[in-house]
Amino acid sequence: MAHEVEAHEGDRSYVPSPGLAVAVQDPVKVPGLPPHRERMTDKDPKKMNGAVRAVYTLFYLSLAGSIWAIAAYMLFPIEDGQIASIRANNLYIGLGIALALLALGVGAIHWSKAIMSDKEHIEYRHPTRGRDSTRAAAVQAFADANEESGFGRRTMIRGSLFAALVASIVPGIVLFRGLAPQSTPANPEAGDPVALLNHTMWKKGMRLAHDPSGEPIKASDVTLGSAVHVIPEELAKLSHEEGYLDEKAKAIVLLMRLRPEQLPAETNNLDWAYNGIVAYSKVCTHVGCPVALYEQQTHHLLCPCHQSQFDVANGAAVIFGPAARPLPQLPITVDDEGYLIAQDDFNEPVGPSFWERH
Amino acid sequence: MSTATITEERESTTVEEREKPLGGRFVGWAANYIDERTSLSGFVKELGRKIFPDHWSFMLGEIALWSFVAVLLSGTFLTFFFQASMVPTHYTGSFAPMRGVEMSAALDSTLRLSFDIRGGLLVRQIHHWAALTFVAGIGVHMLRVFFTGAFRKPRELNWVIGFILFILAMAEGFTGYSLPDDLLSGNGLRIIDGLIKGLPVIGTWTSFLFFGGEFPGDQIVGRLYTLHILLLPAILVALLLLHLMLMVINKHTQFAGPARTNDNVVGFPMLPVYASKMGGFFFITFGVIVLIASLFTINPIWNYGPYDPSPVSAGTQPDWYIGFADGALRLVPPHWEIVFLDRTWSFNIIVPVLVLGLFIVLVLIYPFIEAWITGDKREHHIAQRPRNAATRTAIGVAGVIFYAVLWAAASSDLIATHFWLTMEGVIHSLQALLILGPIVGYFVTKRICLALQKKDREIALHGYESGRIVRLPGGEYIEVHQPVDEYERWKLVGHETIEPLVVRPNAKGRIPWHQNLRAALSRWFFEDRLAPLTNTELEAAVAHQQHSLEHIAHEEEEEIRGAHARAGFPDAPLEPIDDGSHSETAVKPTHLIAPEPEPGSKPEKNREKDSDR
Repeated sequence: MAHEVEAHEGDRSYVPSPGLAVAVQDPVKVPGLPPHRERMTDKDPKKMNGAVRAVYTLFYLSLAGSIWAIAAYMLFPIEDGQIASIRANNLYIGLGIALALLALGVGAIHWSKAIMSDKEHIEYRHPTRGRDSTRAAAVQAFADANEESGFGRRTMIRGSLFAALVASIVPGIVLFRGLAPQSTPANPEAGDPVALLNHTMWKKGMRLAHDPSGEPIKASDVTLGSAVHVIPEELAKLSHEEGYLDEKAKAIVLLMRLRPEQLPAETNNLDWAYNGIVAYSKVCTHVGCPVALYEQQTHHLLCPCHQSQFDVANGAAVIFGPAARPLPQLPITVDDEGYLIAQDDFNEPVGPSFWERH
Repeated sequence: MSTATITEERESTTVEEREKPLGGRFVGWAANYIDERTSLSGFVKELGRKIFPDHWSFMLGEIALWSFVAVLLSGTFLTFFFQASMVPTHYTGSFAPMRGVEMSAALDSTLRLSFDIRGGLLVRQIHHWAALTFVAGIGVHMLRVFFTGAFRKPRELNWVIGFILFILAMAEGFTGYSLPDDLLSGNGLRIIDGLIKGLPVIGTWTSFLFFGGEFPGDQIVGRLYTLHILLLPAILVALLLLHLMLMVINKHTQFAGPARTNDNVVGFPMLPVYASKMGGFFFITFGVIVLIASLFTINPIWNYGPYDPSPVSAGTQPDWYIGFADGALRLVPPHWEIVFLDRTWSFNIIVPVLVLGLFIVLVLIYPFIEAWITGDKREHHIAQRPRNAATRTAIGVAGVIFYAVLWAAASSDLIATHFWLTMEGVIHSLQALLILGPIVGYFVTKRICLALQKKDREIALHGYESGRIVRLPGGEYIEVHQPVDEYERWKLVGHETIEPLVVRPNAKGRIPWHQNLRAALSRWFFEDRLAPLTNTELEAAVAHQQHSLEHIAHEEEEEIRGAHARAGFPDAPLEPIDDGSHSETAVKPTHLIAPEPEPGSKPEKNREKDSDR
């Protein structure tokens, strides 16, 4: 083997720089392999027989595990509506397969460690860099190809080739515009994300209703300190095909009733509140999670995703967490029958910020 | 080599058996048939007895590899049942609490494959657990490669490929997690939507195109499915094969040890040892994943229900590998948003994205940075002990702390509720820790590494503390230092040192700025270091150790003789009478190679029994 290594090295002219590594004149010498220590299975035939027995016992155990898994598939069917049967099915099939795999794996590794030869071998490395002759031949191949094609010489061909290749990708990219709908005369906003994000389905006079039943809410039913999850009354009539989730994702609102003196006029728009009842968008202005947790004592709203906190007594201003803007307020009032209604849509886009928002 | 000669001898002695090829006539015929059409014998010749070095840390990457195989197998099964569609339907399957609930076909089919297909839930849980161990396996494998310097030339490109695999694995995880269209994954997508929208210039349109209209739309599950089962796996498999091919071409690194040099690989052959070990390890990895999947529920979507933008449950967590990104979002202080040039700049999104992006890029290009600083163009096949590359190890620890703080921040609410802390207190502590933790970790680690280097040097030069206390005739007590054997000594001192760069003006008499930067960086890396040990120094130290051992033995003998004489038994034996309490061995590193027993003597266990009598 030694002469083979030399032959390889002979064809290499490159000596890599050690950089800043210090070349020690008198380095510590590498000791050779330590004397081989025999394992118990090498010394004692009884131990070897034991190891062989252990390996095939494990393989048979694996076989038993596979059979058990198949049996469990039949013995533990899923009975309709029975959670316990699902659990048993999952557990017993799983344990059978796990036993089959683990016993197989442990057996194979025990085989390699206790029975197969544990004498260490030495294999020589060669520099990853190709031999000088190989590299020269590779360079020659390119040089010949260049000479025969004129790739380097004929710059018009080369330049136009690159231009054509790059341009040929662009139509493929353009096709991806189709990922989202485009505007039509009937629906001029369909292909304009900014226009879509700028409004919700709330309209003047639309009743505030319970989420998800759609039952309208009377102002007199909102007790002091309570918080109500609200959707527009019309939303409950939408089906999933008609974009129920899309509309709901923007229109959800939280309704809270505080004592009127808890809502100081300097930090709250009292024209948009009714008798201490305020309605704020439930979509977090950070990245859009529902701000679903209301702390009655401190009248703070908490977003469970990233812990932004908003102070309802203070125009839902951010008091902690990564959100930057207050929750948009839905202007509300009551209709003739005493039901809470929206005065208008939100006067700003709800939910997370976006580039064209302002 | 000796093995070669043995094989030749065996062949020459079995000429009469040549008629019957290895493995029987059929195998011989089949092998010949294939080789005549594919040249497969050359491949087997090259790889069949290829040597792999042995170390527990070299199998961490295998955890990732075999978990990925488990992911592929279980995932393929799932595709036969899952419907990647957001068409609304009413659930009618066997899980009673969800009956009649309106949900997408995706969630409906996920519930059906969990509750109406025998073993379906098991495969779903195998798929999810295997995905978690896949990313975890990549993570620990990367840490091993980083801290042992196994990314150095010629393996820089394989580091980059491996790191891209890590990113792809996380992308696979996230796209898969979002497929069932349940409440939890829907909220995850909502966060992604908010994150994308916050990006400057491209955000609004990217989200609009990605979701096929407004969030949540009715397109996203199908699109994620294509990414999850076609595009990402195709890239992942291709890069994985490339990663393994490069590993074979470069050959595996090994730790410094007896006979192990930069020019060889010492270990066991592919056939039969590694075929058996690696094959066995596949079954163990898969088996452990199946065991976990049969015992522990994961992602119980049936408790969450279909996605609805309004409800959310508190204390929900993303899969572990997404945690660092979620944590980065949580640690941003309030009000980080401005309106400038009539556009909204969401710095509460931009900053975490940039910080994480910078972190990822730094990890990705670290091999090239270090190579530039050291200027070292040689190939490195010896895995370094982390202590011997103190600055790199310290940088690595700083990075790990940075990642860990972000990761912990993803559970800030759970930390607050479980330990009865305030939400604000937890966030503020983590914000401080995110900046201070890596700095403190860096300095502490660097000092520990240098101290460990000194300890290694001390043991090599002066021996290890044997725990044997000897009283000298003068009444002085000393602890005997026992020399380590040459193999152990090599592990302790067999590494090189790098000196900081001293810049000199170039031909124009100037020092370019990048050389100044490089010099500053190399001072930072290599200013604190131990000068390398020379063979002469080491041999002198070993000779000195032998000398003092002999001296102590002599003094000890004198002391015992004196004690015996004073007691009136000058002829008493110098060795203590062995009542069993002296036969215990001295404290010494467990990995020392014990001397071979004399031929004919009994193994140690029996010897002890004899002395009891």
